[in-house]
Amino acid sequence: MRYERPSTMKEASALLAKEKGSAYVLAGGTDLLVRLRTGFIEPDLVVDIKRIAATRAIEASGGRFRIGAAVTGAELGEHAKLKKAWPGVVEAANLIGSKQVQGRCTMTGNLCNASPAADSVPALVAAAAKAVIVGPKGKRTIPVEGVPVGPGKTSLKKGEIIESILLPKRPARSGDAYLRFIPRTEMDIAVVGVGVSVTLDAKGVCTDARVSLGAVAPTVLLVSEAAKALIGSRMDKKALDALAAACSAACRPIDDKRGTRDFRIKVAGVLARRAAQIARKRAGGK
Amino acid sequence: MSVVHVKTKINGDVVDYVCEPDETLLDVLRNRLGLTGAKEGCSTGDCGACSVTLDGRLTCSCLVLGAEADGAEIGTIEGMAKGEELHPLQRKFLEHAALQCGICTPGILVAAKALLDHNSKPTETEVRFGLAGNLCRCTGYDKIVRAVMAAAEDMRRA
Repeated sequence: MRYERPSTMKEASALLAKEKGSAYVLAGGTDLLVRLRTGFIEPDLVVDIKRIAATRAIEASGGRFRIGAAVTGAELGEHAKLKKAWPGVVEAANLIGSKQVQGRCTMTGNLCNASPAADSVPALVAAAAKAVIVGPKGKRTIPVEGVPVGPGKTSLKKGEIIESILLPKRPARSGDAYLRFIPRTEMDIAVVGVGVSVTLDAKGVCTDARVSLGAVAPTVLLVSEAAKALIGSRMDKKALDALAAACSAACRPIDDKRGTRDFRIKVAGVLARRAAQIARKRAGGK
Repeated sequence: MSVVHVKTKINGDVVDYVCEPDETLLDVLRNRLGLTGAKEGCSTGDCGACSVTLDGRLTCSCLVLGAEADGAEIGTIEGMAKGEELHPLQRKFLEHAALQCGICTPGILVAAKALLDHNSKPTETEVRFGLAGNLCRCTGYDKIVRAVMAAAEDMRRA
């Protein structure tokens, strides 16, 4: 195995593109090192992107945020402005692992690891976040939901690396939230995760919504029917019932040791309702 | 494999080492530098026995490549006492008998110090959350939590 530590995205992309064997990107390493040490992967090349300035910063301009691919969970939690604008995204990212893991893990890594149960991904999808991808053919920007295509698989092509994640400008009276179900109090993998983002008008009517589910399908889902249930409503009981029903209907979960299919379908609706209520409150709804 | 040359500062001392590109920082500390305080438990970042600080951040040294530590400042349990004088956390762990087999103890002390460095007056809940990444199979955690709370109180008085 070779270890490379380039200082630009261009160099990093070129190293990955020309590698004939197996090549991996290293940011926080909290997933990669586990797979490396357990022999699950045998890389010929590991490209550490932490020396690339663009991957290390959280930039706020014009109400938008650009979060570098190597920014850690702990750094997100310490960024007051980001936390105020996108509390749901930050709380989701901060649910990953222990203090030790938070000091290293990244949202981009969580996205590229492509686990259906990744905590930060439903929150990012609900937030309409975009991924900036650098590759041999230049830069492209895609919605984050376009990155994972199945468990452990992404749409990134050879030589492509996510440089940063973009969060859009927040309209007035907007709020987001992420909730997950786990059988413990922390340090666990989501059995179901729900991200909700809403915008209200001055009268408290929901004008925009995005709802995303984790751990109930091979990839994180963006559930447009669930968003439709909220838009145009005051997010009253009727709308929340419709939201819960739409979320349950969208689930295509597996049965496993952490939760049965039926349980996941039911809990998706329950959590969506609760997350929507938190998002509404954060948006200033009464 | 070609070896990687790494320059670091460990517990304030300049330390240079060479390591294999796929060697973890934990293996470097233990096998190359003789710093055996950090322990190998799970090797998957779940148990916290290998906890160290990297540029001031608490981390599992089993999840860091030795090569990644180039230019970094590393803090290990070996740097906690000042010569013969134990850190208040170490003293309180002894007074409260907050350990039995001791395998988890170095990691828990490093994690507890990182917690108190950021929060000098943690609640019991904050201590328990702060140490959630450190598993102990002997004590049931109660004595550990009491020792950390007592050390925090001592340190605030000092």
